[in-house]
Amino acid sequence: MKYFLQLVLAGLTKGSIYALIALGYTMVYGIIKLINFAHGEIYMIGAFTALIIGGVLQITTGLPPVTILFISLAAAIFFSAGYGVTMENIAYKPLRKAPRLTALISAIGMSLVLQNYVLLAQTSDFLPFRSMIPNFSFLIPGKSLVTTTQLVIMITTVVVMIFLTILIKFTRMGKAMRATSQDKVMAQLVGIDINKVITFTFAIGSATAAIGGVLIANHMGQINFYIGFLAGIKAFVAAVLGGIGSIPGAVLGSFVLGMAESFGAGYISSAYEDAFAFVILIIILIIKPSGLMGRNEIEKV
Amino acid sequence: MNKVLKEIRTSALSALWMMILTFPIIVIKVNTINMTVNWRWINLMWVGTGTFILSWLWRYLLDRKENGSGLKKTDTKESRRFSLHKSLNDKKMRIPVLSTLAVLVLVLPLLVNFYQVSIMTSALIFVILGLGLNIVIGYGGLLHLGYAAFYAMGAYSYGLMYLYWGIPFWVALPLGAVSGAVFGLLIGFPVLRLRGDYLAIVTLAFGEIARLVLENLSGFTKGPEGIAQIPRPGFITKLSLQGATIYLFYICIALVLFTIFVMRRIEDSRIGRALEAMSEDDIAAQSMGIDLTKAKLTTFALGAIWAGMAGVLLAAKTTYINPGSFTLMESVMILVAVVLGGTGSIPGVILGAFLVTLIPEYFRALSDYRMLMFGVALVVMSIFRPQGIIPRVRKHYIVGEDQS
Repeated sequence: MKYFLQLVLAGLTKGSIYALIALGYTMVYGIIKLINFAHGEIYMIGAFTALIIGGVLQITTGLPPVTILFISLAAAIFFSAGYGVTMENIAYKPLRKAPRLTALISAIGMSLVLQNYVLLAQTSDFLPFRSMIPNFSFLIPGKSLVTTTQLVIMITTVVVMIFLTILIKFTRMGKAMRATSQDKVMAQLVGIDINKVITFTFAIGSATAAIGGVLIANHMGQINFYIGFLAGIKAFVAAVLGGIGSIPGAVLGSFVLGMAESFGAGYISSAYEDAFAFVILIIILIIKPSGLMGRNEIEKV
Repeated sequence: MNKVLKEIRTSALSALWMMILTFPIIVIKVNTINMTVNWRWINLMWVGTGTFILSWLWRYLLDRKENGSGLKKTDTKESRRFSLHKSLNDKKMRIPVLSTLAVLVLVLPLLVNFYQVSIMTSALIFVILGLGLNIVIGYGGLLHLGYAAFYAMGAYSYGLMYLYWGIPFWVALPLGAVSGAVFGLLIGFPVLRLRGDYLAIVTLAFGEIARLVLENLSGFTKGPEGIAQIPRPGFITKLSLQGATIYLFYICIALVLFTIFVMRRIEDSRIGRALEAMSEDDIAAQSMGIDLTKAKLTTFALGAIWAGMAGVLLAAKTTYINPGSFTLMESVMILVAVVLGGTGSIPGVILGAFLVTLIPEYFRALSDYRMLMFGVALVVMSIFRPQGIIPRVRKHYIVGEDQS
């Protein structure tokens, strides 16, 4: 029973991280119908920024770890959002009217650029990431089922979800985002500046990815320039699983994926851990071709 | 004057922004073990000046693209095409150009060293892969991100058949193609209902599963360490390393020619037109009487045949295969070759495949920067020349005009 619960918790933790990345995918897709292949790199850059800023603060100042954590998290969010917006401006904005395959190639190019940029400017080795999350006193290590980082990851994810739901449901910008995703031309006709909306979407998506990056770096304890690739693919799978373009779908898809991986690795075979995600994806898409919560679009000729 | 000032301001602002943005990663290098921080301020200067100049160039090029497009339309289609391709289309030029090319290719192994022949063989294998994927993406319009799995299928069918039954290259070559096609059909069936990005991600998933299975079935496939000492094809007797490489080069040339021939036949065939109609609009195609199920399955099988063959060639060339050669990145690179050269255009895809394999090979001196430059090239290409280097020339019929 304990083993089962541990697997559930591991699955939830994984799912939370996937959800934080998948949100960016699904929001961008919902608005400009682009598979932002470079989104995983934004997550990696978030983790790197936190490592660098956190490291500098640790060495040069004597601030308590929690303060450092918050400062580096803020830095990661700021810089990741900056990278997201800049990337959109350079690589995707000129391609708004281009065929989707072209935009996808541009995104693949951007992904290579960002990976190699970090590789060249930093290092190709795994960097140790000292966890900055202090241990909660009510959780006894080794005895409690859940570790502090796991708990922090899950709580943060829930908070981010609530924040995003409020943002999209009740604010002016959220309304503009929903309108743009439904019909770009009509949105412009009613006075929505869609460029602003797209920039904002990239900023928000990148920021949530950065939070995911910082959390996973604290959880795993090491990062390198390549972590974004697989995480990005998995998050994309999660977004598609839930029905790409749908925000609750992305969250649901992420948790299904996290659970599937955790249980598959725990009960069947850990060597095939990565394969379970893909098997689940194929099965669900065969049964329901537009994802768990995706809308069935009626196509007209 | 005012305009220049404005341009300077925009460039300066972009430079400033890039300097802020790249600051933590470019400038600071932390070592958390020795607790030291290394500040590399000089890098910031490079980013600043670089962005200042590049952003100017970027805006100039974008501006030219937006406003110059009207001008370009006055060009005839012919003049925009690549000169070699153009001369091939010219009836008078065709025979001399083709024969020069043929002679060049035939004597190439005698002129250049062994290493060059080996690189060229890799490039030719990639050409076959590119042309195969071109059937799926260019003709069928189905975005396929798991093509490396078909490639692996071919390579492993030769590797395993040799390992267990000692089957030689020439028998493995058609069998590799067949196993590729069977695998293509197997993947094709479940994804029949999917379209667009869902199809792309499912093919990606199949590709990754295939690789993971190869990696983990270590009893059967030798797992991550791969299969070694696969024989190169022999000509009557066993050839020396050099001889075998050159021989394989000629085999690849022959297979590339065969592939091109088949592609040209497919383009004009009933299947090719059905595929083209499907890629334009599948519902309209269906209502015109095209069996979508059949068309989609044909696309996958036809595409997979070439990947299977290319896989056998790869196994014969490197004599060693492991699952690490068939990652998602490999699928992406094949896709890049197709799109870079020109989706749907045979000469384009050939050129694209050569670029994708040869550029990283010849820029080994800049090896640290080549992937970065490659990424930049992809972004720049998709913005300024999205149709590819040699765009596809579509068949068009003019009503009411003499077509002679």
